[in-house]
Amino acid sequence: MRHFLILIWMVALSFSALTVPAMAQNMDAPIQQLMQTHGDALAKASRKTIQPAIDALTASGLPAAQNVMERWQAKEVWRHKDTGAFVIAEEIDRDTIRIFDPSDRSEIGEAEDKAYKQLKPNSGVRGMIAAALVKFQLTDADARVRVTALDAISRDPEASHLPALRDVIATESDPDIATRMTRLERLLTIQFGADDAERIAAIAHFEGDLGVDARAALNPLVTTRVQAAQERPDTPDVLGPITPGSDALSRMDAYALLVAENLAPPLIPPGEVRAALIRNIDGDTVAGVQVATLSTDAARNSAFATLVEQGLAEPAATVQEIDTALDAFQFFEVYIGAPPTVARAAHDVLRGIEASVALNQTADLALDAVSLASIYFLAAIGLAITFGVMGVINMAHGEFIMMGAYTGYVVQLFVPDHTLSILLAIPLAFMVTFAAGVAMERLVIRWLYHRPLETLLATFGVSIALQQLAKNIFGTQARPLTAPGWLDGSMVINDIVSISYIRIAIFILALVFLALFLIVMNRTRLGLEVRAVTQNPRMAASMGINPDRINMLTFGFGSGIAGIAGVAIGLYAKVTSEMGADYIVQSFMTVVVGGVGNIWGTLLGATLVGTMQKGIEWLNPSNTLAAQTYMILFIILFIQFRPRGIIALKGRAAEA
Amino acid sequence: MTDTTSLFPKYAKSRPVITRHPSVLIFIACLALFTLGVTILSEGFGIGVISTSFVKTLGKTLCLCLVALAMDLVWGYCGILSLGHMAFFGIGGYAIGMWLMYARTEIIVVQSLAAAPLPPTPQEISDGIATQIFGVVGASEFPPIWALAHSLPLQLAAVVVVPGLLALIFGWLAFRSRVTGVYLSILTQAMTLALSLYLFQNDSGLRGNNGLSGLQNLPGLDAVPQSVVSIWFLWASALALGLGYLLCAWVVSGKFGSVIRAIRDDEARVRFLGYSVEAYKLTVFTLTAVIAAVAGALYYPQAGIINPAEIAPIASIYLAVWVAIGGRGRLYGAVIGAAFVSLVSTWFTGGQAPDVNLGFYTISWVDWWTVLLGLSFVAVTLFAPKGIGGLMDLVPAGTPDRHGAALGPDDSALREKEADK
Amino acid sequence: MKKSLLGTTAAVVLGTALPALACDAPIKIGVLHSLSGTMAISETTLKDTMEMLVEQQNAAGGVLGCDLEAVVVDPASDWPLFAEKARELLTVHEVDVIFGNWTSVSRKSVLPVIEELNGLLFYPVQYEGEESSKNVFYTGAAPNQQAIPATDYFLEELEVEKFALLGTDYVYPRTTNNILEAYLQDKGIPADDIFVNYTPFGHSDWSKIVADVVALGADGKKVGVISTINGDANVGFYKELAAAGISADDIPVVAFSVGEEELAGLDTSNLVGHLAAWNYFQSAESDANDAWVEAWKARMGEERVTNDPMEAHYIGFNMWVNAATAAGTTDVDAVRTAMYGQEFPNLTGGTAVMLPNHHLAKPVLIGEIQEDGQFDIISQTAEVPGDAWTDFLPESAVLVSDWKELGCGMYNTETSSCVQIKSNY
Repeated sequence: MRHFLILIWMVALSFSALTVPAMAQNMDAPIQQLMQTHGDALAKASRKTIQPAIDALTASGLPAAQNVMERWQAKEVWRHKDTGAFVIAEEIDRDTIRIFDPSDRSEIGEAEDKAYKQLKPNSGVRGMIAAALVKFQLTDADARVRVTALDAISRDPEASHLPALRDVIATESDPDIATRMTRLERLLTIQFGADDAERIAAIAHFEGDLGVDARAALNPLVTTRVQAAQERPDTPDVLGPITPGSDALSRMDAYALLVAENLAPPLIPPGEVRAALIRNIDGDTVAGVQVATLSTDAARNSAFATLVEQGLAEPAATVQEIDTALDAFQFFEVYIGAPPTVARAAHDVLRGIEASVALNQTADLALDAVSLASIYFLAAIGLAITFGVMGVINMAHGEFIMMGAYTGYVVQLFVPDHTLSILLAIPLAFMVTFAAGVAMERLVIRWLYHRPLETLLATFGVSIALQQLAKNIFGTQARPLTAPGWLDGSMVINDIVSISYIRIAIFILALVFLALFLIVMNRTRLGLEVRAVTQNPRMAASMGINPDRINMLTFGFGSGIAGIAGVAIGLYAKVTSEMGADYIVQSFMTVVVGGVGNIWGTLLGATLVGTMQKGIEWLNPSNTLAAQTYMILFIILFIQFRPRGIIALKGRAAEA
Repeated sequence: MTDTTSLFPKYAKSRPVITRHPSVLIFIACLALFTLGVTILSEGFGIGVISTSFVKTLGKTLCLCLVALAMDLVWGYCGILSLGHMAFFGIGGYAIGMWLMYARTEIIVVQSLAAAPLPPTPQEISDGIATQIFGVVGASEFPPIWALAHSLPLQLAAVVVVPGLLALIFGWLAFRSRVTGVYLSILTQAMTLALSLYLFQNDSGLRGNNGLSGLQNLPGLDAVPQSVVSIWFLWASALALGLGYLLCAWVVSGKFGSVIRAIRDDEARVRFLGYSVEAYKLTVFTLTAVIAAVAGALYYPQAGIINPAEIAPIASIYLAVWVAIGGRGRLYGAVIGAAFVSLVSTWFTGGQAPDVNLGFYTISWVDWWTVLLGLSFVAVTLFAPKGIGGLMDLVPAGTPDRHGAALGPDDSALREKEADK
Repeated sequence: MKKSLLGTTAAVVLGTALPALACDAPIKIGVLHSLSGTMAISETTLKDTMEMLVEQQNAAGGVLGCDLEAVVVDPASDWPLFAEKARELLTVHEVDVIFGNWTSVSRKSVLPVIEELNGLLFYPVQYEGEESSKNVFYTGAAPNQQAIPATDYFLEELEVEKFALLGTDYVYPRTTNNILEAYLQDKGIPADDIFVNYTPFGHSDWSKIVADVVALGADGKKVGVISTINGDANVGFYKELAAAGISADDIPVVAFSVGEEELAGLDTSNLVGHLAAWNYFQSAESDANDAWVEAWKARMGEERVTNDPMEAHYIGFNMWVNAATAAGTTDVDAVRTAMYGQEFPNLTGGTAVMLPNHHLAKPVLIGEIQEDGQFDIISQTAEVPGDAWTDFLPESAVLVSDWKELGCGMYNTETSSCVQIKSNY
């Protein structure tokens, strides 16, 4: 029968040879036949149904099986739409593919992709293929392939992986891979170990281990189930008693447990009173009561009571009955994940781990807080100069951040190398926003030095004009600003504490700016002149300083720093025309909370705001919005009690 | 503060505010004429030249004028640049919106439950309403904040009381700590940001980002077409604006007005003269908050929906901008500014404005209007600090009655005061 | 093009009654999409789509012998302005149909106006359901056409045992997550294994949330993320996900609001394998889709992409054209009657059918993100009929919507009564 079918395929093939000239495919090859046997399963692979096909391929012992499975996993196996023949194919362009025979990898020729259907195993199926490939790959000469195999084991561990792994550990040459193999072997032993002693020994290996994989292996062992009995049995798998009504078990849950085990009569479901009444409506009365009067719960309950008396409805369990039932039974937990000795060993190890997990989570949260603080600081530092030092309210500060980010984007359009483009973007962003800042100072702000409230309005006008301008130029879509490859990924201290490199870079950038600010302000001529002009412009002018020039430069400097901050923020978040608006209020608050006119204050303000926000997020992890709300409320209250911020300038500087 | 009349100078008693300030009379007359004109031209009561949607726009504009009036009082006269008055406007809208939603839904629920075999209990009705109102945001129980929503008088009281209390507490805290100038501006901005973020949460009980909708449908008045309802609201808004204008004119014309202007010009000096500056500021802040809330309560039934985005900080900044463009420190300036900017905005963003073809580039006003608006703020601040209202100074006055005419700031005082900062 | 029996009959009847329709003015099509403000990012594309569709239709001879004219207004992402502009479209411009809206809140804002003035709105975006208006055709996905199949995929194909439902704090994620929580518990996932988090619009600081998700894996269950995060916030989320090195094989993420357009703002090389569920992907293989993508790129530029709401407008617009042709008029009530049972080939190769509950029957596609920002379709179901009222929440399980037979969008099957004729807003 099969040969007959193959004959038909061959005929069909000779027809399709019109489009595919060199179609010399070996349909008799064992691998092809095996694939045809499982043809439908392969073509429409689902995790539920694919296991037999994978098993057959793995067990076939055919030399081509490994290659076919690898190609299948990589979505490189295609099937002819008419003949059903499987081929391995590479896409040449959108419409053409180059096809190979799965049995011997020989090239058959080029074909239109319309004639073939690509097999697309989903990631669940790919995981299963990977798990099946492990036994081929563990012994592969290529270290990368062996790592792939280990990845597959850690994702989809199977009992068969354990002996395979044990076989190769001794011969593994790469020390890193060997370490990983040992760890995996221990993890698999916990799960699939032959006897309890072996498993307990493996469990002990993970004393104090912070890896998520270790906890993932241990936690299922200590799974418990709540049970009820008149007397708590004294077997090793039974844990201590639980009182109904405690946090672990509410009284209703406890009663439901009894009902589920037929140890107590069921409660009447909610709505039963109403349903019973409706069932028993007779004309316009029920239980002798006019239906129209049953518009209160009291009336309904009394009518229901009548129904119960008449035997037309089941009585509801009373509170006393529930109490009696609960009192008659003892509730306790039972280990169901593993034999009691293993479970207890896992429990002890886990308890040790959990303590350090909590500690490390706090550390991770602290890192997040520091990172957030550095972002706020970076966004606010330009403002600390323009607002803090010069006293100019610049509502367009956020838009300078945006301009910096867009500068980064534009540079990346022309310079594809990400490292180089970021190195170029930083000075360019500074220059662009410096120029914009100087222009704004010359055109707008200098006329308004004596009218701070009107500065606020005028700069707000500039802000919305710039925002719309950005939209007109760059469109409304978010634009990509991609970090260089060496900033990808995270610095992983352990499985709990990690921080992405990009955030570390932002943190360092913030520190650099802090240093830059301090040096410029305290160690340079410019800084001296700025401080002089800020404190007393007339006196400074009479000492030969040109206050106009100083104001212009200071404002440009502050704006330029905002531009660089924009590049950094764009790298970690998004580049849109509205990104500046997200930071403006926060930035002002950072500066005000910290204390105007003092960079250390801004630093403290950013730290306070960042820490507060992360702290509240930790208290209420499901609602980040609440964290922001409460943080702002806190800031409002804080300013009420320390109107001049954390570090309040004293004396004459405060009046400036 | 309770006995305000005693604050007035002696001669004020004999002459009511209107006769001392003919501009008030002119304004009221213009407003009445405008309302009458719109009514005659409307679809609901007149010849149908003005569409209902435009009547609604005009009615809403009147409400915006009212809140701008409040802003002018607190900023133009008292020198407090509050960037949070739209929060009070929004609270007013929410307060009335809760009743509108509740009452409208109640009618629907009672109707649908009438078909049930058993007459509904009060609890079932309440549950039904809750499911209807909160079903769309994935909840089915009434949050405690809705406890009074069933009662129109109580919610109307809430329109005044809630924003009033909030302003009182916030103002008391802020003024007591002597938070002034730009700090106060940022603080008020933080307040409105916190409020809008709070309302954005579903847990706030006010339907989160969805806000309250369908407010244009008055409960029990389904049969009345919107063309008529819109005129009712236009009248109500005009009445509120007229009364608000009178109130503000009265407040700023007497001794009280002189004191708050003095606070604006030099707070320290007023304090040294023995006035309780904080009490004056608190009074103005709270009063304007209430006026803003009333405006909001009239605005949102015309807009149809209120949601937290309405309270975002940007809205309050726009409010300040309207007043600045109109000319702060004169009441009619605020009204002109709000009306002018919001109507011109509507015109430009509505797509009615013709595109300008420059040959190499077509300026589409939908895209460029905001840029123009932003730059015009800058221009007004730089070149015309008196705003549009300043044009009135060009009209030759009969006798230069500085006391009477000075609903606006003394030309120099403001600059001097801010120069000290 | 197939027509429903009803439509054909109506056309014949009306065709004999009105032999020649004089065309003295173009038929006006209202386009109510934000061109400025926060939603412009998504909605401008749909405005362009509508303009393109109208042009194509005019080139093909218009409708009922008349040219179409798109009346574009800008509600500026301002929800009250949506109501105002809708009223303006219906009363001042007197449009016959409106295509518009993106966010649920803007739809809720427009509903009372549309219902009062008996307008007709085609709403093209996936939404949370729990609504049915006589005057709105929902051409986007209802939860059972996107969220539920995607969750099934997680449960069955990826064997996910622990779920993180991450969403932006607004109505669509809230309701969808409510439905999913109920659904997952039905499927035996304990409540403790469902982690829910809401973040504000445009949220950018994702490190803690991503860390929380990773920590969910500590009890040995496979974790999956169902994301209803909206708009810009996705950029930061995916960047953090990539930085944390979370591979789609370890913790898969399926998103309901991330399409081709959103991925354009991202470097997707680190996101390969993460998922999205839609009724359409640009990578769908069909001749109609090839032509559509080509026309779009020719009009808008080679780098532009097509997405699901665009397909929804494509189907909705064509169905409206066919219904109007069948009805012989653009009168709202006649067109609405002619809409039921309308069929139109969708761009993914099947046929979309308009159901009496004003939803479409559409296939559900699940795609994996690829390096080029496109999706590789790995699963495609048969057409799933959209359900206005979800079966997984007790309050709405008893409700059905049937405007054809029952004439009611909110019909309580338990009491056999119509709860309300107008929609809830």
